[in-house]
Amino acid sequence: MQPWPWYVAGPVIAFIMFLLFYFGERFGVSSNLETFCSIGGAGKFTDYFKIDWKQNIWNLIFVLGAIAGGFIASQYLTTTDAVAINPQTVKDLAAIGIDNAGATYLPDEIFSIEAMLSAKGFLILIVAGFMVGFGARWAGGCTSGHAIVGLSNLELPSLISVIGFFIGGLVMTWLIIPLLF
Amino acid sequence: MKYIKFFLIGILFGIVMSKAEIISWYRIYEMFKFQSFHMYGIIGSAIVVGMVGMFFFRRNMIKTFEGEEIHIAPKKKGLYRNLLGGILFGLGWALAGACPGPMFVLIGKGVVAILVVIFGATLGAFCYGLFKHKLPH
Repeated sequence: MQPWPWYVAGPVIAFIMFLLFYFGERFGVSSNLETFCSIGGAGKFTDYFKIDWKQNIWNLIFVLGAIAGGFIASQYLTTTDAVAINPQTVKDLAAIGIDNAGATYLPDEIFSIEAMLSAKGFLILIVAGFMVGFGARWAGGCTSGHAIVGLSNLELPSLISVIGFFIGGLVMTWLIIPLLF
Repeated sequence: MKYIKFFLIGILFGIVMSKAEIISWYRIYEMFKFQSFHMYGIIGSAIVVGMVGMFFFRRNMIKTFEGEEIHIAPKKKGLYRNLLGGILFGLGWALAGACPGPMFVLIGKGVVAILVVIFGATLGAFCYGLFKHKLPH
């Protein structure tokens, strides 16, 4: 099975952004991370988290929907777990120690339970997440808020952030990942 | 009940992230290796369609369901904040192969290890809040 083509997925994502505007909200997933902190009592450590998180309930509900959507798609709408990536990508990954690339959505070398329970694997997962969370809040947004909404809205801060996303992504992919596995 | 619409929009988001393979680590790796047009096509077409919609929003030709003008809260200005924060985010995005949206979709797919990534991301957001005043913005 082929994935939904890009010219379907891209407009659907734009449609999601429009729906959220229509309902008076700005599409952006990473702000939920701050909401988690606020709910968890991070306001005791710094005023930054002393916010009225009830204003962000809509976004938490959106995330719950995203989890449900992921479940529905994987249980009922997907016949194969294979991802049709470029054969050259498969070769490149094999050369750096990631085998069977594209056989499933995620590499076992990073996301299997065994990897998660190893010291190195756990560190990779938590450090990757840490950089995403810290970076997204520092930049004030992630792919949804900056790349999709911000660039659509011709916002300069978003253009700078997206350039940053690519600098970081290219350094990780070309220089650091080959050293990790 | 006023929240159910956000749940439904979230479901649509989860399905498109899954069916277009945006939640696949390999798709992100492939994108940063410039070996596929797929992700560029998705992000690019979302932005182009988004720009067309914004054109109408700015002229107030479309209003919210409550009949109000659509107000888009602008992102904060600042070179250091956006560039350095962006670079750090990009490093994590390429390693985790997931940005915040897909992370949650992967929970629905049953990927246990993504919970560690989300925990790390929440910890990252917390530490940003702690050290915010010491960082260039």
